Amino acid sequence: MSDINTIIKPENLIYKRTDVLSDNDLSYCPGCGHGTVHKLIAEVIEEMGIQDTTIGIAPVGCSVLAYNYLEIDWQQAAHGRAPALATAVKRLMPEKNVFSYQGDGDLAAIGTAETIHACNRGENIVMIFINNGIYGMTGGQMAPTTLPGMAASTCPHGRDVSHDGEPIKISEILAQLPGTCYVTRQSVHTAANVRKSKKALRKAFENQQANKGTSLVEIVSNCNSGWKMTPIKSNEWMEENMFPYYPLGDIKNQ
Amino acid sequence: MKEEIIIAGFGGQGVLSMGKILAYSGVMQDMEVSWMPAYGPEMRGGTANVTVILSDERISSPILHEYDTAIILNQQSMDKFEKDVKPGGTLIYDGNGITRHPERTDINIYRVDATAEAARMHAVKTFNMIVLGGYLQVKPVVEMENVVAGLKKSLPERHHHLIPMNEKAITRGGEVIKEVSMVK
Amino acid sequence: MRELKLMKGNEAIAEAAIRAGVDGYFGYPITPQSEVMETLMAEKPWETTGMVVLQAESETASINMVYGGAGCGKRVMTSSSSPGVSLMQEGLTYLAGAELPCVVVNVVRGGPGLGTIQPAQSDYFQTVKGGGHGDYKLITLAPASVQEMADFVELSFDLAFKYRNPVMILSDGVIGQMMEKVELNEQKPRWTEDYINENYPWATTGKKANRAKNIITSVQLEASVQEEFNHKLQAKYRSVEENEVRFEEVMCDDAEYLIVAYGSSARICQKSIEIARAKGIKVGMLRPITLYPFPTEQLMKRAKQVKGMLSVEMSAGQMVEDVKLAVECSVPVEHFGRFGGSVHSPGEVVEALEQKLIGG
Repeated sequence: MSDINTIIKPENLIYKRTDVLSDNDLSYCPGCGHGTVHKLIAEVIEEMGIQDTTIGIAPVGCSVLAYNYLEIDWQQAAHGRAPALATAVKRLMPEKNVFSYQGDGDLAAIGTAETIHACNRGENIVMIFINNGIYGMTGGQMAPTTLPGMAASTCPHGRDVSHDGEPIKISEILAQLPGTCYVTRQSVHTAANVRKSKKALRKAFENQQANKGTSLVEIVSNCNSGWKMTPIKSNEWMEENMFPYYPLGDIKNQ
Repeated sequence: MKEEIIIAGFGGQGVLSMGKILAYSGVMQDMEVSWMPAYGPEMRGGTANVTVILSDERISSPILHEYDTAIILNQQSMDKFEKDVKPGGTLIYDGNGITRHPERTDINIYRVDATAEAARMHAVKTFNMIVLGGYLQVKPVVEMENVVAGLKKSLPERHHHLIPMNEKAITRGGEVIKEVSMVK
Repeated sequence: MRELKLMKGNEAIAEAAIRAGVDGYFGYPITPQSEVMETLMAEKPWETTGMVVLQAESETASINMVYGGAGCGKRVMTSSSSPGVSLMQEGLTYLAGAELPCVVVNVVRGGPGLGTIQPAQSDYFQTVKGGGHGDYKLITLAPASVQEMADFVELSFDLAFKYRNPVMILSDGVIGQMMEKVELNEQKPRWTEDYINENYPWATTGKKANRAKNIITSVQLEASVQEEFNHKLQAKYRSVEENEVRFEEVMCDDAEYLIVAYGSSARICQKSIEIARAKGIKVGMLRPITLYPFPTEQLMKRAKQVKGMLSVEMSAGQMVEDVKLAVECSVPVEHFGRFGGSVHSPGEVVEALEQKLIGG
């Protein structure tokens, strides 16, 4: 007789959802990568035992409400200013663990100055950068990382690089700065990539504890709503189009 | 006692630091003081001036339109401030580079040729202290011991070895200042 | 023994900040206030009190660093001058919206645009009427001496933390650049994290097991929740208006005319009063020390006594509107002031008083 209660025993537990994740329903679209990245951060925080010493900085964009999903102290920043907040939090409380969580518009358009200067000063923080090539929250406008020819609501005929410039490879730029110790580009669209992303996040937080400088983890992600595709199709499109422009792997690892 | 002074000349003549030393001397003498520079592009050359007020009572406005004493160190400042000396007040000037000498007859006018004297002393940088010495000879508003204390306070420690030389310049200024014309 | 120093208003701000045990200063150079950060950097307080001093990449970054620090319950501040403070308006509305305490010093210069580096008081509207978006207020203190520049630093932090609201010290190029005697307070220790956690339990110092997570935010996507929050803010502002009005009166008892002036203009007007009284004109002065909350009631009280009021400010006429609102048309209210970087002389104020109120 197989009673469920004979199965639910501590010794049979092989996976448990981390308590650092809250019980709130995610506000992200089904198929979006944000939820996966949130879970990875939560797991890293739990595994490193730093829940009570970690302060997250939430951006403006889809993840503006990220603070609803991770059970840590949070500050929500004005658009693009997360690195400035993180700078002050870390400098005033050097023993804490501080990370910003930012999208492409936040980190690579409106907040470019704050991003570059935080990295250039080598602020001892983790920056987590979700690059999906579009402004998701405001309804699919062109991002600084929108691919050439890719359609968005403010470039409905496709990004014309003669008009809007090439998409910015901000991670490659930031890797040039002596203040960054670790710049990596990952994705969370397959189980293998999820595992790699988690390793990268863990390394970034460990770098912070070792006072090594700024660690930037870029996650190239899909935006099936903004791209107007099914989740599966958007992942395929990402592999075919985003990855050639934004190749995965470590850009800098010191 | 209240003394309202404008010191005006070129940037680089030590106008602001002379005002600061005078103000600090006032602090040492337990007076109320204010020091208000015309700070603008003057910092980078051109004309510079500072209003210094020394008073036994609380100072109201740090900015004035007329002065008990004007210390004038170039022609532009002469043109600008001669008219702003209160009737019966005092104008002290260095004749170096002056093409139009002061003309008022309702004020006391003195001349302290500090540029020439500083060159004679081979101590060009003490120019402003010679002027200060001349001023203190005419208007002994602060005691010499407080001026020395003020010098110590306003100069960074590394420049304290220059204090005796500056004291000498102040004394010299008192010797070389000359009456030009007194109120009739 | 009390220690008297001769220093500029800007230097006094810096020295007072160190001695008050301030945790952090984040700034960007701009004339005429650069001596604030220059003094801090020369003093190296990180070696003594542990105060963080950082030159940011812009005023936008500095005010957001202030946001980050304030969110941790730290006593943090910035300073700038008009064009830089315009750039900080985004940060200020976020700080007000997130109910964060901090101190911002504006050493005002002439505008609009890049304007001039000379003193002005033309940022009054920007400071007390909003500046950024939304219904918010900045508690605003207007120092009129170098001593008040020093004293208002600690007072501002007290008010900021009492009300969880940004406080602006609205100074100008005259007060920032002039030197006067200053008596500084004894060195006070910085707050410990335990003290912050106990007294400011909203601070993001890391989620402890015994409390829910702390969230510093100004976003409420639900309109009804946002309205409710705005009601709470307004109730706070009413409390500020009831409890924090500060002003100084000079020779008001027998006054037939009243000058209303703040900051450096009030200093100039004190001399004007000496000149006018020597001529037999019975004039007094009300100097608002807090521009928000504004001394509305006291002005109404004086309106019953005087024949007219002259708002003297180095602007084209900004505070004069609040004076008019305060007296509800019960007496004539006129404006006088040089502006755009020019400073009125005591004599010019007396002339204006004679022409605009007495002669008219």
